[in-house]
Amino acid sequence: MADSIVRVEALGKRYRIGGKQAGYRTLRDTIMNTLTAPFRSGAHRIPKKGEPAMTSDEAFWALKNVTFDIAPGEVVGIIGRNGAGKSTLLKILSEITEPTEGRVEIGGRVASLLEVGTGFHPELTGRENVYLNGAILGMKRVEIEEKFDEIVAFSEVERFIDTPIKHYSSGMHVRLAFAVAAHLEPEILIVDEVLAVGDLAFQSKCLKRMQSLKGKGMTILLVSHNMAAIQSCCSRAVLLENGGVCADGKVLEVIQRYQHTLERHEASTSEHRASENGMRNSFGAEIVKCHMFGDSGDNRRQFEFGEAVRVRIDLRVEQRIPNPMINVGLKRADGVIVCNFNNWYDGFKVDFLEGSCTLEGWLPELRLLPGFYEVHVLLWHWGGGHIPGDMARAMPIVARRFGELHISGPAFNHHDGVFQVPAKKWLFTRNGSGVEYTGMTSQSIWRAFDEIVSEPANAAD
Amino acid sequence: MPSHIAPSRPIVLEPSRGWVSINLRKLWQYHELLYFLSWRDVKVRYKQTALGAAWAIMQPVLTMVLFSIFFGKLAKMPSDGVPYPLFAYTALVPWTLFANALTQSSNSLVQNANLLKKVYFPRLVMPISSVISGSVDFLCAFVALAAMMLYYGALPSANIVWLPFLLILAFGTALGVGLWLSAVNVQFRDVRHAMPFLTQLWLFATPIAYPSSLLSEPWRTFYGVNPMVGVVEGFRWALLGTKTVPGPILIVSTAVMLLILVSGAFYFRRMERTFADTV
Repeated sequence: MADSIVRVEALGKRYRIGGKQAGYRTLRDTIMNTLTAPFRSGAHRIPKKGEPAMTSDEAFWALKNVTFDIAPGEVVGIIGRNGAGKSTLLKILSEITEPTEGRVEIGGRVASLLEVGTGFHPELTGRENVYLNGAILGMKRVEIEEKFDEIVAFSEVERFIDTPIKHYSSGMHVRLAFAVAAHLEPEILIVDEVLAVGDLAFQSKCLKRMQSLKGKGMTILLVSHNMAAIQSCCSRAVLLENGGVCADGKVLEVIQRYQHTLERHEASTSEHRASENGMRNSFGAEIVKCHMFGDSGDNRRQFEFGEAVRVRIDLRVEQRIPNPMINVGLKRADGVIVCNFNNWYDGFKVDFLEGSCTLEGWLPELRLLPGFYEVHVLLWHWGGGHIPGDMARAMPIVARRFGELHISGPAFNHHDGVFQVPAKKWLFTRNGSGVEYTGMTSQSIWRAFDEIVSEPANAAD
Repeated sequence: MPSHIAPSRPIVLEPSRGWVSINLRKLWQYHELLYFLSWRDVKVRYKQTALGAAWAIMQPVLTMVLFSIFFGKLAKMPSDGVPYPLFAYTALVPWTLFANALTQSSNSLVQNANLLKKVYFPRLVMPISSVISGSVDFLCAFVALAAMMLYYGALPSANIVWLPFLLILAFGTALGVGLWLSAVNVQFRDVRHAMPFLTQLWLFATPIAYPSSLLSEPWRTFYGVNPMVGVVEGFRWALLGTKTVPGPILIVSTAVMLLILVSGAFYFRRMERTFADTV
């Protein structure tokens, strides 16, 4: 296809695993293996030229039969659980390692950012490191010279630019490293989990920069575990599972698919976990399930902005737990705890838990902004006392994380906060005459949003 | 537009089989990185040392003093009619260049493992840049050599025009062996432990403390299979005007150097594909 800038065909990558540390041998081992090889029984396969001998149990396919195309200007998120093959894929695309089979065609200049600050040397000054790192990332010297002031301004370390970076704080270090990376202008940018470093402000700076590069028509491949970031940056996502493409399509649909695989995975391990918990807590208590329902009682994980959510928690308790406290917490994908719902806080006392119990909470219309929220359930035991708020005497028994709750709607970024509630009333006075407004509805925000985005986009920074 | 990776046709990434070409064109595209990495090595080498770049001179000078005492004075080693200290030092200057370049380039891949795992560039850049970075040390030591020649009143002959060629011979040999060893080092860390022993052995296999004129022809010419014999004898001939014209030695040495260099480059390129996975 002429209209794709990256073309991946039946890509596969095999690594060796097994008793010996992968691929790292000593000379003695090799000599001994070579000497003893003729006397060993079985598997007398002679390896092909340039191919290491490998039996199937020490071979591990990090990627297998991966195929997809990327059109110029597309921003594609690569998602998947740890070990799904995301990083291996990026390593192959950035030419760091060779595929074992298949092929990749790339029709443009590639810059890959698998780490910020690669090659930074602690003994060199900030200035020297900018040049060195720029060269390592593939910038030409004249180009670095041209952009130097811009890079330094972006990093906010002007005062220390001639100080060896071993004296930098870790924040300054990361800012300088990112500033260099942010001024790369390739046709294809490959980014691996770079957003995971740094604080929230830094992450949003990264996201902003990414948006502006996107505006310039750059093709971007982004690996991240931060679903909110993937959702706000990418138009398309590819879900990898066990080294293969499991889903490829619109970002929201793929993310949902990912959530489902996570839940399935959780379900399959929950039994194992139950026995683990049984050993740890003397009550034999277990949080079996956490379901979420819409207003009409339909079981789902995806809600519209402003919808009410019902949460049902199934518990199984062997030993009676008096005065239990059950807490349902929501955490945004970037780790910010949004809110907690708790039977104790709401003054609802349950005398004890025993056998199988269910607690259902009808949460209010939260008006959480679109994004992903983790659901955490926690069971506490009040150590005999009855003093609400005396957290020191409360003992956590079990805690579990239950997948994610997804609120859909237009993309917002973290600057917009966590939730949006209209004011109760607006009063405006000009030259003595006033207007009162109370006409806001849950839909107002979308209308306003539409008006904002229909304005010609001015560069993100 | 930025970035020197400017393909006119799409890059194709495929599993490679067997031997691959050295691809000098691609290497040239990365000459700026080569420059920056060498520059980094030079900048960093003597950071946080009290004596700084003086080390570059002290290494060969102290060895020269030792050799002068033990080989010159005590063992009464012949020195082709040149004062023994000058005779030894003239050989030690290119030798130090060679030994350092060899050690540096052999360790270059392992030392820069994080770069190998995170960024693409032709891997040949790594050992080449570490060989080049040694040339600054060489310049320092060479200034000391010039001072010493002045002191002994030894004027260089017209043969000095051959010096650049001799340097290339030294660099080429260091790089050739460095390519082999750095690629092996990725898989077998034994190289690191063998390095000091290897350089020491090589030091005594090279006519530094003694003249190659101790050997008679045709053995003397055959001695040139150690390319450093050509370099060292060439240096003495070009700078001190020793009688023995090293022509035949140089031809043998150059041939061996080319053999090591080219085979090293091919071996390196062949192993290159596994570097990021095994280092």
